[in-house]
Amino acid sequence: MHNFTPVASLFGGILIGLSAAMLMLLNGRIAGISGIVAGAIRPERGEWEWRIAFIAGLVAAGAIARMVAPAWLAIGITRSSATFLIAGLLVGVGTRLGSGCTSGHGVCGLSRGSIRSLAATATFMAAGVVTVFIANHLFGAQP
Amino acid sequence: MKRMLSAFGCGLLFGAGLVIGGMTQPSKVVGFLDFFGNWDASLAFVMGGALAVNAIAYRFVLRRAHPVLAEEFAIPRRSEIDSRLIGGAMLFGVGWGLAGYCPGPAVTSLLSGHSAAPIFMAGMIAGMFGYSLAAEHLAGALVARPQPGVSFVPQNTDV
Repeated sequence: MHNFTPVASLFGGILIGLSAAMLMLLNGRIAGISGIVAGAIRPERGEWEWRIAFIAGLVAAGAIARMVAPAWLAIGITRSSATFLIAGLLVGVGTRLGSGCTSGHGVCGLSRGSIRSLAATATFMAAGVVTVFIANHLFGAQP
Repeated sequence: MKRMLSAFGCGLLFGAGLVIGGMTQPSKVVGFLDFFGNWDASLAFVMGGALAVNAIAYRFVLRRAHPVLAEEFAIPRRSEIDSRLIGGAMLFGVGWGLAGYCPGPAVTSLLSGHSAAPIFMAGMIAGMFGYSLAAEHLAGALVARPQPGVSFVPQNTDV
């Protein structure tokens, strides 16, 4: 196991948990990023502004990270542009069909004890593991 | 305005958590999903930390009559596990494993200077648009020509 970062990862997770808790306490909304992005590109009255503001916060965090420690944003794997595009398409369709992603189901849904979110999280984790196994070990993608 | 400010602050904090946790490095995500290879367990700590804090916080927050800056909590109430949920999660998992990006880290990496995140985002937004157009089209077709035993309701509620 190389590049294992349990302390930084735990700290990052705590920040994510605090953010999701604050968004529920203040705005009463779930911090599900796929839902926030989908809602921002198909505007709904009164629900558009906070979504754009949340997305701006995410982008700003990344921009600050680029100045402070660009290694935190490194890709580190070799994939073609077409692969990233197709992966994005799958994630876009999949998160709408399945009503959520890592944050909405994996963090917020599990925190509420949602059975749907547990099923979704187990499924996308398993699908991810199988995909990486096929890509890395059967097709020899550069990890 | 207050709601926008609080959402911006939450987004900033969420993005910081993703970056510090290692989620914005596709190599770490793929390493986490490479369970049968050179497994990097770091991201289990991201999930564990986020869940521990949020599960406790939700218990207290959801006891309130309403959120601080809004009239009501928007909480999904559905509980059925259907083929849409599982099929969608499968497609999402395949995309996640291929690129090492899920939606949050991709948005956060938009200005990283690498082309991967913007390309991934373009695909993701196209997929979301395509899905909602198809859902509306299908729903319209079924309303116009109802079939017994078939129901298709476009779901805009998340999770």
